[in-house]
Amino acid sequence: MKKTLYTFAALAMFAVAGTAHAAGNTIEQPAPPAGGWQHDGIFGTFDKVAAQRGLQVYREVCATCHGLKFVSFRTLSDLGFSEAEIKAIAKEYTFMAEPDDEGEVLERTGLPFDYFPSPYANEKAAAAMNNGAAPPDLSLMTKARVGGPDYLYSLLTAYRDPTEADLAALAAANIELGDTTYFNPIMGGNQLAMAPPLDDGLVEYAEGQPEATLEQMAHDVTVFLTWAAEPKMEERKEMGRNVMAFLVIFCGIMFFAYRRIAKRILGH
Amino acid sequence: MTAPSRPFEPTNGVISWIDRRLPIFTVLHGALVAYPTPRNLNYWWSFGSLAGFMLVIQIVTGIVLVMHYTPHSLMAFESVEHIMRDVNYGWLLRYIHANGASFFFIVVYIHIFRGLYYGSYKGPRELLWMLGLVIFLLMMATAFMGYVLPWGQMSFWGATVITNLFGALPLIGEPLVELLWGGFSVDNPTLNRFFSLHYLLPFVIVGVVIMHIWTLHIPGSNNPLGIDVKGSQDQIDFHPYHTVKDVFMLSVLLLVFFAFVFYAPNFMGHPDNYIPANPMATPEHIVPEWYFLPFYAILRSVPDLIIMDAKLAGVLAMGASILLLFALPWLDRSPVRSGTFRPVMKWLYWVLLVDVVILGVVGAKVPDDTAFSIGSLGVTWLTVGQITTLYYFAYFLVALPLLSKFEKTAPLPESISEAVLAKNA
Ligand code: HEC
Ligand code: HEM
Repeated sequence: MKKTLYTFAALAMFAVAGTAHAAGNTIEQPAPPAGGWQHDGIFGTFDKVAAQRGLQVYREVCATCHGLKFVSFRTLSDLGFSEAEIKAIAKEYTFMAEPDDEGEVLERTGLPFDYFPSPYANEKAAAAMNNGAAPPDLSLMTKARVGGPDYLYSLLTAYRDPTEADLAALAAANIELGDTTYFNPIMGGNQLAMAPPLDDGLVEYAEGQPEATLEQMAHDVTVFLTWAAEPKMEERKEMGRNVMAFLVIFCGIMFFAYRRIAKRILGH
Repeated sequence: MTAPSRPFEPTNGVISWIDRRLPIFTVLHGALVAYPTPRNLNYWWSFGSLAGFMLVIQIVTGIVLVMHYTPHSLMAFESVEHIMRDVNYGWLLRYIHANGASFFFIVVYIHIFRGLYYGSYKGPRELLWMLGLVIFLLMMATAFMGYVLPWGQMSFWGATVITNLFGALPLIGEPLVELLWGGFSVDNPTLNRFFSLHYLLPFVIVGVVIMHIWTLHIPGSNNPLGIDVKGSQDQIDFHPYHTVKDVFMLSVLLLVFFAFVFYAPNFMGHPDNYIPANPMATPEHIVPEWYFLPFYAILRSVPDLIIMDAKLAGVLAMGASILLLFALPWLDRSPVRSGTFRPVMKWLYWVLLVDVVILGVVGAKVPDDTAFSIGSLGVTWLTVGQITTLYYFAYFLVALPLLSKFEKTAPLPESISEAVLAKNA
């Protein structure tokens, strides 16, 4: 038994070692918002109303610079949007149509099966218009950074003018702030080319919704992007609960079967 | 030696008709039903079956993934996202396959360390042990190439770093690397050939597994006491005892496995692999998958030597760390197999286990970072890696050969059945 424990402890350490990577010269570590995330835990589900507001933040703010190329309009039904609403959202974007019979390529408005387009013609154009740093696609952002949703939320809310202490810490780490970058204690290297994108009241939420504070918008857009990165999360967790329940029972039955056979065959 | 197994006597006419012409049922009966096993096997003996099960899981999920995956550098990442979002239960298939590789390694590492403790590598099982190592090497190649397929940042840069290692070899290095790449850097041709081999190698593994089991069935299984079976009183049939026990162990494994698949599917992966491969942007830290970390640590621990530079020396040390296991049956000549009766070897073995875990941790760290401080003296991960690397080699190349000569082993029991009776008295 003791050996078993040791081995499992060792395996756990292996696993931790595999995923432990330095965040690289950051003054602060990501943290979740005060209320935590509704999508956390075994029973976690997406906060759909927050995700709907998050879509609004994305479309009115982030979409100026960031694409969402793996998210199709039709999948917005996951968040409770009706077919008509989805058609209306898709219609606001234009796409290149297939060549017509004369071989001419015309523009057409978006349809539910289209994907959120990138705002730039290509990566070079994106970089050229943003001081050399192309805004990354946000489809997988919450899975592509250590800290996940906490990272995104903290990044969006951590912008500030560097304090005396910050400047001292930067100096100690030999980091110089650039002219075209903004200080952010969460970002690796403590600065990035994205100007603080959110500000209190930047977006006007519908009647009956919470006030659009910086924190509220950061929370909402993070919920939306967490869904965008892992749209099958709810399905996964639900199936997981059934599979785990089955396996617990199956394990128990098999253990008793094994003990009975051991008694019969080995006598102990 | 082992007692002969019960003959197969089919009652079904069709089976009997086929079996007389193609004795496949006799073979299966001999392997899964009447295979005589020592009566004292513990839970650690289940990990061989579990490894076989993980191989089947990987092959089945892999074949279905291939139906939706596109092996092209411009489309691979997108096709994996297509699997995750649009294919029915595609997310489940992919998460099972990605975590399945990790669990395959967990199971096989336990299986290997079981063999190291109980001396299963010793005669007459030397070839059995060596075939196991061949499987391990093939698994490493398969998993490495599989990790390249989603074509994320870690896929690309991991492939670049690891293939570059072969370039350190004299003479053959450069042509070998170009052969692996199919060009002058990791690119679409690399992805294509890795995809082809990633599909092929698991089936080669199946072939070697069959030979592995074949060589097992000649002398029969070793056991926790490490002494030979003396007669039928020491043995039981594989079925039903081991079939039921293995299914129980399988359900425990699946419980842990599915906890990861459903609740922490990306825990063993690296976030950077959700960023599409970009040859122009090198990630800050390039780390291989966790199951390669102990070997990666050995690679990076070797300094410049007088006769060769650190890179070549590191590659050779890493190669040697696995290849020396092939010589293990001749390095450890102690007549006693099981660590239970080897008072010194037992302790050195547990230190080795911890040593390899520490090597794994070191593999994930930046060598020049401070691991811990003694007073004002900072000890770097590099130093920790060097000490643990030394211990690794010393265990096999110095300790075991010396212990074979000088260790005073404890008295062995007369027979398995006697020991079992004494224990349960
Ligand atoms: C004016 C253009 C612009 C807007 C608007 C904008 N971003 Fe960015 N964003 C950028 C640029 C440029 C970068 C690249 C920064 C860098 O790499 O230095 C970036 C990077 C990011 C990153 C990646 C940071 C990292 O860890 O690499 C995230 C996450 C992000 N933006 C989220 C958002 C969200 C969420 C919004 C909407 C609330 C938003 N951005 C609005 C320009 C913008
Ligand atoms: C020894 C057994 C195998 C091991 C250890 C293994 C390992 C891996 C690993 C580590 C990945 C990367 C997973 C990820 O991060 O996404 C992968 C991907 C993949 N494997 Fe395998 N594999 C095995 C067998 C197979 C077989 C037999 C097939 C096909 C017949 C296959 C097809 C694929 C495909 C298509 C991918 C890319 C999709 C993806 O990334 O999820 N694998 N494999």
